[in-house]
Amino acid sequence: MDDEREKLPQHPSQEVDTSRRQFLRNLGVTAAIASLLSSGAILEERRAKRAQAQTSQTPPGGETTLRGTVAVTLQVNGKQHTLQLEPRVTLLDALRDHLGLTGTKRVCDRGSCGACTVLLDGKPVYSCSVLAVDAQGKKIETVESLAQGEQLHPLQQAFVEHDALMCGFCTPGFIMSLKALLDKTSQPTPQQVKEACAGNICRCGTYNRIFEAALSAVQSMRRGG
Amino acid sequence: MPQQKTKRIKTTITVNGETREVEIEVPDIEAAWGDPKNMRWLGKRIPRVEGADKVTGRAKYTYDIQLPGMLYAKILRSPYPHARIRSIDASRAEKLPGVKAVITDLTREPKYVGEEIAAVAAVSEQVARDALHLIQVEYEPLPFVVTPETAREPSAPRVHGGQNVSGGNPRERGDVDSAFRRSDVVVHEATYSVPARSHCCLEPHGLVCQWQGDKLIAWASTQGIFSVRDELAGALGIPASNVRVICEHMGGGFGSKFGARAEGVICARLAKMAGAPVKLMLDREEEQLATGYGPGVTAKVKIAATRDGQLVAWESETYGTGGIGGGANIPLPYIYPVPNVRTRHYDIATNIGASAALRAPGHPQASFIMESAMDDLAHRLGMDPLEFRLKNDPNPVRQAEYRLGAERIGWNRRSQMGARVPGAIKRGLGVASAIWGGGGGAGSRPTVRIEPDGSVEVRLGTQDLGTGTRTYVAAIVAEELGLHIRQVKALIGDTDYGYSGASGGSTTTASVAPAVKMAAMAARERLVAVVSQHLQANPADIVLADGKVTARNGSEKSLTWKQACALLGKEGIEVQGEWNANLQGSGVAGCQFAEVEVDTETGKVRVIKIVAVQDCGLVMNRLGVESQIYGGVTQGLAMALYEQRLFDEQTGRMLNANLEEYKLPGPLDMPDIEAIVYDNPTGKVSGMGEPPVIPTAAAIGNAVFHAIGKRIHSLPITPAKVLEALGKV
Repeated sequence: MDDEREKLPQHPSQEVDTSRRQFLRNLGVTAAIASLLSSGAILEERRAKRAQAQTSQTPPGGETTLRGTVAVTLQVNGKQHTLQLEPRVTLLDALRDHLGLTGTKRVCDRGSCGACTVLLDGKPVYSCSVLAVDAQGKKIETVESLAQGEQLHPLQQAFVEHDALMCGFCTPGFIMSLKALLDKTSQPTPQQVKEACAGNICRCGTYNRIFEAALSAVQSMRRGG
Repeated sequence: MPQQKTKRIKTTITVNGETREVEIEVPDIEAAWGDPKNMRWLGKRIPRVEGADKVTGRAKYTYDIQLPGMLYAKILRSPYPHARIRSIDASRAEKLPGVKAVITDLTREPKYVGEEIAAVAAVSEQVARDALHLIQVEYEPLPFVVTPETAREPSAPRVHGGQNVSGGNPRERGDVDSAFRRSDVVVHEATYSVPARSHCCLEPHGLVCQWQGDKLIAWASTQGIFSVRDELAGALGIPASNVRVICEHMGGGFGSKFGARAEGVICARLAKMAGAPVKLMLDREEEQLATGYGPGVTAKVKIAATRDGQLVAWESETYGTGGIGGGANIPLPYIYPVPNVRTRHYDIATNIGASAALRAPGHPQASFIMESAMDDLAHRLGMDPLEFRLKNDPNPVRQAEYRLGAERIGWNRRSQMGARVPGAIKRGLGVASAIWGGGGGAGSRPTVRIEPDGSVEVRLGTQDLGTGTRTYVAAIVAEELGLHIRQVKALIGDTDYGYSGASGGSTTTASVAPAVKMAAMAARERLVAVVSQHLQANPADIVLADGKVTARNGSEKSLTWKQACALLGKEGIEVQGEWNANLQGSGVAGCQFAEVEVDTETGKVRVIKIVAVQDCGLVMNRLGVESQIYGGVTQGLAMALYEQRLFDEQTGRMLNANLEEYKLPGPLDMPDIEAIVYDNPTGKVSGMGEPPVIPTAAAIGNAVFHAIGKRIHSLPITPAKVLEALGKV
């Protein structure tokens, strides 16, 4: 087997590495990961403590242990939301199941397809690989924030005009990856466009039209000042 | 009443993903699409009508449905490729807080890793997963086999009890043995193979089921809302009229989403038991293990042509596996007529989930095998591979397409490329071709409604897989009534909207479009009857265009659309349409050319350009049809270079049941794609979702052969295989 996918930069132009391995390495919430690998013992414990949230400090590593449900405050598309979540709930599931923001799609749920891409303080991340508790205090942007009423964002408009979507399930993820690029680069090269969405997969096969749409959006944004 | 005229036509029908050619008798009713030159919408580049909903995240897919009190379900699946279940104890799972329903009666003898054993509905997906861990199953592992090579051996464990190998009856015409012995022929023999490939629909299979008394509403990610309805009704023992299935948007199917399937019945049962709506969406591993795949096939081939390049004989022995199902046969010899033919096919059972139709079932495999053999034979004959095809392909459309494609790829540069050109990076060109039915069938019952306030609605229980169904349904009505496409609301994806068939075999457009056209024509006729009286004009002189209704009789009296509709009275117009065979055609031909670059140091193949020339019949939406070509080529490229399902013989498990080790091309792997729509002057509508996927892998394989002078006999063409062929490893 060749090893192409592993070599692909997930979001190469960003300084924060949000790959699966890095995600696991950086994880500070130890109980959450134990809970992801749920065992009978943890279940027993959780059953007893389900109703109330407990937070305690584990001195050696300075890590936080969370159990039961916890209050999580997220700043999504400019609004604050406080949710009661199990600590193991991902940002993706918090957005979709608890805030009803279903534009962000769940496809692989393990950081390999990019369909759940959202912006965290302007940087594209796989929201399936970020715990909701870790997204607190950061500015979260989802695909729902782009259009102003019926007025589509130039990227969205270009996607429609160029038919850069078929089934549309990967589309919000691509749009958010490209939005991150256009927010910081007003005149990206075709190669930069490809690299910006290199961590996204489309099974219908719309890639070439996505490149076309993104470059056309750049043109129209420049014309629009 | 005069007897209705009928005629017999050949068309394709698709039942649960199986497509076959049939001859049927149909009413012969005069109708024509008219001249494409005079059309405002049809054949033009129409952005899809649901585009804004999809780019903003407003579009609700099955996965996005949320209902008050909704539960989440998960399925416990067999960890063994074959086992007997001695006991299941779900009592601990049932007691877990938040668990609302448990099913444990799904099978007693799982026959593949991933087969459904038990299922749970709970207040959250996390709790449902936790509950699965608490179900204790005692398995007695049984012997199994997961590769067709091993399954063929006489001592191999029996998958179904009987023989693992079925089929093998020769299909024969002409005198094959004599033809191969002729002194004036050149014979080529080789073995080619294509691995099984997964669909990888980005929206997984799944449903949301909600009971209202004895009535069931099911949101399903499906290619056939009516086939889901019928299967649910049958499995649950309730009348089909008690089941409503909705699929407003769906995230890809590619042949794997027909019927309710196991998860559909499980979801409906759990919802009934729990007395609450249940969402059951599969995860990525389940998608790989239990929702089908396109079967792999291996072909031992013998092909002969005269020294001047006329095909005379073909013999092939193929075997493939559809796991515990069948269906691995492929159409050989493909495309090119051969006078003397003998084929034998064996289906081999293995302990892997059943295969499913995958975009143009059997054809991409047949194309790779046939076209590889054609190129190898052309090489032996010392003939240009394109010239060899022109000589042996009688299809007039493809004859034109070959010439067009050759010009666009620059086939005349071919002699300056190839293995003999010095340098580590070699370039090559290849060609391959395709045929697909794409005809339609009767049954669709669209309704067109014109309200007195001028609003227009068309309703039909078809579904849009992302192919653009909704858009051309609206466009056909807009065209007929002289309206802007935004003035027509197209309602699809709900069994309450009237019957239409499943979307498979590229039959949707040729089935749906004629019926919608007939409904729109009937609505127009009613409107014209009313308006012509009002304008004191002959109905034949009434013209509907640009949102106006005008009498072209010299008076040029005109009404706005709203004024005209106000004449209709409170009831407005509501008419149904039926399929008309005279508006559809079938048999779309295509060919593709590939240019590749092969790094002979690393073995890496880079596809530089694909030129795809595709007959699309009468084009409904040029933008949409081009997208289908882009999509087909992209999936064909995936088949050529990346995709394969890998199984471990020791454990029977799939090794790459995910989206990272099951490799799909990403943005950086894409070549330049030139999609050329060949406008066929027949004036008939055909389906064409499948044809453009067929020849891509074969064209790439042939281009690699040209570049390095060595044939890679099995897909995918990995760097390791290239280096091995070059003798470098």
